[in-house]
Amino acid sequence: MNAGKLTNRAFLSHKVPMRKAGAVLMAMLGSATAAGCISVNAPDKPIVIELNINIKQEVIYRLAPGAQNTIEENSSIF
Amino acid sequence: MNTVFNRATLTASAAALAITAVAAPALAQRDPAYEAARASGKVGEKTDGYLGIAGAVDAGTRKVVDDINIKRRALYASKAQAANATLEEYAMTAGCLAIARTAPGEKYQAPDGSWQTRTSAPPIRDPRCP
Repeated sequence: MNAGKLTNRAFLSHKVPMRKAGAVLMAMLGSATAAGCISVNAPDKPIVIELNINIKQEVIYRLAPGAQNTIEENSSIF
Repeated sequence: MNTVFNRATLTASAAALAITAVAAPALAQRDPAYEAARASGKVGEKTDGYLGIAGAVDAGTRKVVDDINIKRRALYASKAQAANATLEEYAMTAGCLAIARTAPGEKYQAPDGSWQTRTSAPPIRDPRCP
């Protein structure tokens, strides 16, 4: 008894979003046509590249013994 | 005769060493204002090798931090050049080590940029740190 209703609703739920999708597509096309073109703006802030991420572990390991001495010899500022 | 001379020389050098050992820590002591700012957690060690302001500070403390950072930068620059490294590489290495030697209660910067208080546990450091 319910089976018939459910089947009908399943059919609806399957069909309605398709129609909606069609409407959305049409709306997008419409707005794109109305705008005429897509504008791309350059960022107003300078692009900052984080230099730290390029520092390799092997470099840090090479520098560490010397840096340890530097810190100990200048411990008033460390 | 030779032995006596050697012994005298040794004694003299031992005495000289003892004097240096006594004199060195006095020279290397931190400025009291800097020491106090560190201990109170207003100033901490950043991951980039410089000092940072971690709390509310007065203009005097800010000046102390700026002065130290200028001195550190000059030091890093000369040492980096001697080691064929960039200033940033050398500074970051020093930052790793400076964070490692913070005392419990002092502030340091974690790799995510947040300020952490040093406990007796090892500090949270960049995985590249030695």
